Amino acid sequence: MTEAKFYEQTWDLQYKHALGETTSRFLEGLTQQKIWGRRTTDGRVLVPARSYDDQTHMPTGEWVEVGNSGTIEMFTIVYEPFKGLPVPPYALVYVLLEGADTALVGYLKGLDLKNQKDAIAALGIGTKVYVHFSKTPVGSAADYWFELSK
Amino acid sequence: MTLDNVGIIGFGQSKFVKTRIDVTFPELVREGATMALENAEISIDDVDAVVYPLAPDALIGVGNGERWVIDALGAVGKPFMRVNNGGATGMSAVLTAWTHIASGLFDVVLVAGADRVSESSSAQSVLNKMWDVGYERPVPLNTITMLALSAQRYMHLYDSDETDMAMVSVKNRYHASLNPNAHLQSTVTIEEVLASRTLAWPIKLMDACPASTGAAGLVLVSERYAKKNGLKPAWIRGLGQNSETYWMGNRVGPKAMGDHADADALAVAFQRAYDQAGITNPREQVDVAEIYAPFSSVELHVIEAAGIADKGKSPAALANGDYTLGGNGVTVNPSGGTQCTNPIAVTGLIRVGEAANQVLGLAGAHQVKGARVAIASAIGGDHQFYSTMVICSDLEEI
Repeated sequence: MTEAKFYEQTWDLQYKHALGETTSRFLEGLTQQKIWGRRTTDGRVLVPARSYDDQTHMPTGEWVEVGNSGTIEMFTIVYEPFKGLPVPPYALVYVLLEGADTALVGYLKGLDLKNQKDAIAALGIGTKVYVHFSKTPVGSAADYWFELSK
Repeated sequence: MTLDNVGIIGFGQSKFVKTRIDVTFPELVREGATMALENAEISIDDVDAVVYPLAPDALIGVGNGERWVIDALGAVGKPFMRVNNGGATGMSAVLTAWTHIASGLFDVVLVAGADRVSESSSAQSVLNKMWDVGYERPVPLNTITMLALSAQRYMHLYDSDETDMAMVSVKNRYHASLNPNAHLQSTVTIEEVLASRTLAWPIKLMDACPASTGAAGLVLVSERYAKKNGLKPAWIRGLGQNSETYWMGNRVGPKAMGDHADADALAVAFQRAYDQAGITNPREQVDVAEIYAPFSSVELHVIEAAGIADKGKSPAALANGDYTLGGNGVTVNPSGGTQCTNPIAVTGLIRVGEAANQVLGLAGAHQVKGARVAIASAIGGDHQFYSTMVICSDLEEI
């Protein structure tokens, strides 16, 4: 049998995505250590801010500043390395902030993740966390993460 | 509008493995098409139209992959459509073929495709690109973490634990050991699953599906074609689809439409298919389920969305011997399911093909004795696109 041959390739594609007025204002808020949501026609507050509502298909209206603390709604701790993604371990959480009706995703930092059992025991649905803002914000969603409330 | 009945007269699938180096991707796709046609005992000349399932192009590394395989499918000179609905792609393609025939436009439609996920070591990086560029991309979400989040929430809401997930893995690996086409064919114990390395807690390696290479195809026909040719197809008796919001963060909290712990939108899709098929009590009327669950945790809430168990109650039933071949009640994933074989583009198609084989008594060592009514489902995106089907050996009342 002929020796099998292979063709190797890498896709290196560049994009510069416009984020629009609503997302841009939310990200600008992060540089001022504020988390903004938008109120739906039936009164829910969508965080992060979105210009339309997934439930009603209607535009959202009023900007609402929500609290910088809240509770974990779901979490995972990643121990497996994935090509192109950060080196593990890292913890990801969805947090319902005070005054928000939808949860915001982010890293949970400041917790030792090396001992899996202890790390899992420290986290749960309802665990209180707060938003930690970067001291050197760049106006992206990387400008915040969560830490356990003291 | 009266719709024509649609039946399945051919199902072919290759032996699924990690890697194939003896064929190009189009050659692999041709295998799926050829096996389905041979199983249906027809030729490509009998086919009126072709539907082709393919998930993201970046997984196969060729843009607009439907161009590459058109000759391999025998589709030149025929109406052709590519379908992409993420993990639900294979089943959405079957649904598209059903629509082609039920509308009265066509009598014979081929659905065939393939995948070879392991050719890219960047699969989870590709899948990470599903998330919002403004809000979510700085966080490394992928298809494993998105379902780890769901599993963690399910465990919390229903006081479930990792052993419940491990029981699913043990069952599916046992079933796959009886299926000569399955990718993972070795049995495992609960202890081995629990001791396997953590990917994204609570999902461990043995809770997870493999990246599979292989091909599969189906041939669907109209009732008039089946009657004219004296065929006895497996009949599609009901179909459902439903969708869920893009935002996982909108699936928690008291004002959410559905909970990310569950598959509430899938339950609606099942109900739609049940209503069409006349199923009022799936626990009694359904014999076998081929449901899409790439991780053990997913199978628990899909069983519940199918109405086979109440919410949070599938682990107890599983521990009681339900869902296993030769056990009580509805047999779930007798092929070993997606957890043991996941060639993404055709995974949903295989669910339908396995369900058809079951009701026709053609499933071999993993046959559910006397199966007449089967259900199949698939999930795409981030638990976002849902497809369901009811398949029966006949057109009599269920």
